[in-house]
Amino acid sequence: MKNGVCSRQGKLRLQKWYTATAERDKKKMVRELMQVVLARKPKMCSFLEWRDLKIVYKRYASLYFCCAVEEQDNELITLEVIHRFVELLDKYFGSVCELDIIFNFEKAYFILDEFLMGGEIQDTSKKGVLKAIEQADLLQEEDESPRSVLEEMGLA
Amino acid sequence: MPAVSKGDGMRGLAVFISDIRNCKSKEAEIKRINKELANIRSKFKGDKALDGYSKKKYVCKLLFIFLLGHDIDFGHMEAVNLLSSNKYTEKQIGYLFISVLVNSNSELIRLINNAIKNDLSSRNPTFMCLALHCIANVGSREMAEAFAGEIPRILVAGDTMDSVKQSAALCLLRLYRTSPDLVLMGEWTSRVVHLLNDQHMGVVTAAISLITCLSQKNPEEFKTCVSLAVSRLSRIVSSASTDLQDYTYYFVPAPWLSCKLLRLLQCYPPPEDGAVKGRLVECLETILNKAQEPPKSKKVQHSNAKNAILFEAIALIIHYDSEPNLLVRACNQLGQFLQHRETNLRYLALESMCTLASSEFSHEAVKTHIETVINALKTERDVSVRQRAADLLYAMCDRSNAKQIVAEMLSYLETADYSIREEMVLKVAILAEKYAVDYSWYVDTILNLIRIAGDYVSEEVWYRVIQIVINRDDVQGYAAKTVFEALQAPACHENMVKVGGYILGEFGNLIAGDPRSSPLVQFNLLHSKFHLCSVPTRALLLSAYIKFINLFPETKPTIQEVLRCDSQIRNSDVELQQRAVEYLKLSSIASTDVLATVLEEMPPFPERESSILAKLKKKKGPGAVSGNELEEGKREGGELNGAGERPGDSSAIGASNAVRLHIPTHSLNYDIIYPPPPLFQSTPSPSADLLGLRSAAPVSAAPPSAGSLLVDVFSEAGPAAPAAGANDDGFLRFVCKNNGVLFENQLLQIGVKSEYRQNLGRMYLFYGNKTSVQFVNFTTTLKPVDPLVEGGAQVQQVINIECLTVFSDAPLLNIKFRYGGALQNLTLKLPVAINKFFQPTEMSSHDFFQRWKQLSQPQQEAQKIFKANHAMDTEVLKAKLLGLGTALLEKVDPNPDNFVCAGVIQTKAQQVGCLLRLEPNAQAQVHTHFPVRALGLESRPLGVSSVTTLSLCVSVVHHSFICNKCL
Repeated sequence: MKNGVCSRQGKLRLQKWYTATAERDKKKMVRELMQVVLARKPKMCSFLEWRDLKIVYKRYASLYFCCAVEEQDNELITLEVIHRFVELLDKYFGSVCELDIIFNFEKAYFILDEFLMGGEIQDTSKKGVLKAIEQADLLQEEDESPRSVLEEMGLA
Repeated sequence: MPAVSKGDGMRGLAVFISDIRNCKSKEAEIKRINKELANIRSKFKGDKALDGYSKKKYVCKLLFIFLLGHDIDFGHMEAVNLLSSNKYTEKQIGYLFISVLVNSNSELIRLINNAIKNDLSSRNPTFMCLALHCIANVGSREMAEAFAGEIPRILVAGDTMDSVKQSAALCLLRLYRTSPDLVLMGEWTSRVVHLLNDQHMGVVTAAISLITCLSQKNPEEFKTCVSLAVSRLSRIVSSASTDLQDYTYYFVPAPWLSCKLLRLLQCYPPPEDGAVKGRLVECLETILNKAQEPPKSKKVQHSNAKNAILFEAIALIIHYDSEPNLLVRACNQLGQFLQHRETNLRYLALESMCTLASSEFSHEAVKTHIETVINALKTERDVSVRQRAADLLYAMCDRSNAKQIVAEMLSYLETADYSIREEMVLKVAILAEKYAVDYSWYVDTILNLIRIAGDYVSEEVWYRVIQIVINRDDVQGYAAKTVFEALQAPACHENMVKVGGYILGEFGNLIAGDPRSSPLVQFNLLHSKFHLCSVPTRALLLSAYIKFINLFPETKPTIQEVLRCDSQIRNSDVELQQRAVEYLKLSSIASTDVLATVLEEMPPFPERESSILAKLKKKKGPGAVSGNELEEGKREGGELNGAGERPGDSSAIGASNAVRLHIPTHSLNYDIIYPPPPLFQSTPSPSADLLGLRSAAPVSAAPPSAGSLLVDVFSEAGPAAPAAGANDDGFLRFVCKNNGVLFENQLLQIGVKSEYRQNLGRMYLFYGNKTSVQFVNFTTTLKPVDPLVEGGAQVQQVINIECLTVFSDAPLLNIKFRYGGALQNLTLKLPVAINKFFQPTEMSSHDFFQRWKQLSQPQQEAQKIFKANHAMDTEVLKAKLLGLGTALLEKVDPNPDNFVCAGVIQTKAQQVGCLLRLEPNAQAQVHTHFPVRALGLESRPLGVSSVTTLSLCVSVVHHSFICNKCL
């Protein structure tokens, strides 16, 4: 069971909860967790005990990626769950940056969903995960190609 | 791979996000959001039907606004509409919105379920996956009810696509976690287990999470997975990494799957089949060997993945605890990591070694690393690593190294992080006690603890040192001398004054021969601290003074003068005043003989579990400290409490006399408690109470987290927290436990902790304001409380409870307050049921059935057959029956499936013996009989005798006070 949370210097960019939690508690936990994690210094270890959970976190550029896992879960493999997720984002967006996640938050959620489900790994293969997302993108292109072109021009 | 358009063409959304990012202030942002919300609302309400694209765009905007932290109260219907769209991206956004924003009790759930049903039967794999994701994300009971039957079929069907199988497996896992009763695997079991053999690694990776969870709950049914898991693991471990293509991660073959396989194996004992076991041992050896090979890559990902498998393999080796060779190899491997430059590895090695230390095979090997660990405690820059080092020192401590480790921990305590001090103090206290060979060392250690970290020395710790000093006459003189010296310090901690007061009051005579510590010097020393102390300490000191009068008659005039002065005899604190008045009177009217009897030296405390060990267990949760630790310690360290050496002292005397001064005069009709007893014990272990107040109290069936729940009801609301607003539910939870959350809604949370002894009880109610707005005119029917409850604040109420006679209806508590002008009125049942006043009674099989037969008249028996609401787990049932307060009689009933219990209900009017028998019928999931037989119960009307003391005497009788909701 994991709560993947991804945040940046105090701003929450993406969060996913795999246990039923009240909105109010979510906010409280996120606030508390951000304080704890942001206060950590660079060379410190990537794991800490928090409430009855273990926090596994890693910083990538301006973003902190955190997972809250249970007592018996494996810390190192969780760290690599984070890394694999970052790789997936990177592959999909092409050197991902924070702005990609802000502007395409729904895509980031889709990728996370394809990778983790109910807090467990669905597939560890990069190809396996991205295939699903890209298929969806192709479907979308077919759906909306006339409009997409217009919008694209509007953007340009 | 084509770089597909990343934005999906929703330009309006991109513009909106840019606008928000450009907002200079929070106000501007809110303004912009409100403008957008108004726009969307008008679009949704407008006459013109929106096309799918616009709907998708607006729903996506709403989602964005929600994720920024704003509330969204519309748009759900539009999102549900998107679900039935044929366009994938519209459906996808619809599902995303639902997953993030719809809570389980939404009335839309029926519509959503319909859409999911359509997608599941669409045979379009992408649609099916979306639907499965949505079920897993929401994971509510309604969803489980609707789909738990269908998903296993999809999972094992031959024609299901791999990607759908993966989603189905994890979706089922989620539903199993929320509603295990609805997911019936029966006929699917073997096919699900065989997914471990699936050709597609992704399917195996997903399925194994499901299988692990199911195996934990039903190990017997799933045990065939062991040999499959071993052969799968062996294929991965011995494979050349190229075999696995995309499942090789930084040159490590299938690290996730390997970890999960090793984790699955930890649900089972070592394989019985020799061949399987041989293969597994080979795998574990290979993994250990690989750790010694040079890395195939310098990337941290490579070593992390490799070491993740290694740590999981070590966890399995420790779990088996049967292969000395592997255990020692594991220990050596971890020893290397202790000095690794990666902080993460040092942390994990310390953590993992803690468990190795408790294995008899590797304990000695762990001990060889003591210097490294001590060094870690001193030099690690990260407090969480230091914490692990302290844990490991604690775990590796035994008689041979206790003095060194305790000394190191004490010196570390001086600079330790505040967050871990209390735990460190407990650990030092436990080790000092457990491995004390000479008691002067023990006393020195504890007094040092108080000196260094007095604020963190909890009551349990100083109670314990007193308990031990009282029980060991060979250390009493030394203790008196040492506290006397410690008290000389100009500023000493109040806990030191407490220990000093108590010990000098008991054993001051042992050092009185020395003129430097003559009785008067001792008294003046203690009294010089008096004015700086809190009320409970002063109360204790007053008791010490009266003991002085008995020990040293020459101090009588001085002490009487002190007691007589206005600041004592007219003290505004009623307890202090009372003690002063009574002690003064006692010292003036009682004869020397009477005085000597009343103020006799404390009898030894009965032997029982150390209160500090119980406290540490409570802090760390179950499993952190092994239950027999103290016994082990005693075996090694000798009889510390000395109870064994004083066979003449019956524990009954200890339990009652030890804590009280009996006042023989009739005018003084109550007991003075000396020293102040712990107000409340919330530990699951009744024997944790040092002062023996609850020596025979029932074992509470509260979950282990209940202890901490009580300290802070708000942050720790664990699984025990009842559903909002259902007090009946909340009430029933309290039948078998004493502490927890009684009630919770949007505004208010009410936590309860309570304790019962004989026919008396005390209940603490904590009213927590969950809002940020204050409650005004806050009143309860029990007794006055502060009418203002600030936002986020908590008020506490204490009530005393006396059970006058047998009752069946719980007393009601009415709470009124105003929240933002609106009057809130709540009526709740107080969680007081007759079983709280049970005193457990042990009896033999013969006695039990003889009494059972005697109680055969119809009005003496109640019987009920009911359906079990939960799986009938023997241990759970036992815990509940113990929680009920009765004694659970083992080996009494000839049928081992039955449970029999006995107890006496203590009321003021009478004592009622109760025998109870539970006959579970596992096949039908029915408890076939629940007869309760009791003596002489009768009906009385209800009366509430005073405002602060709630006395219970409600009607009725041989009524089943336990029902299917509880079991």
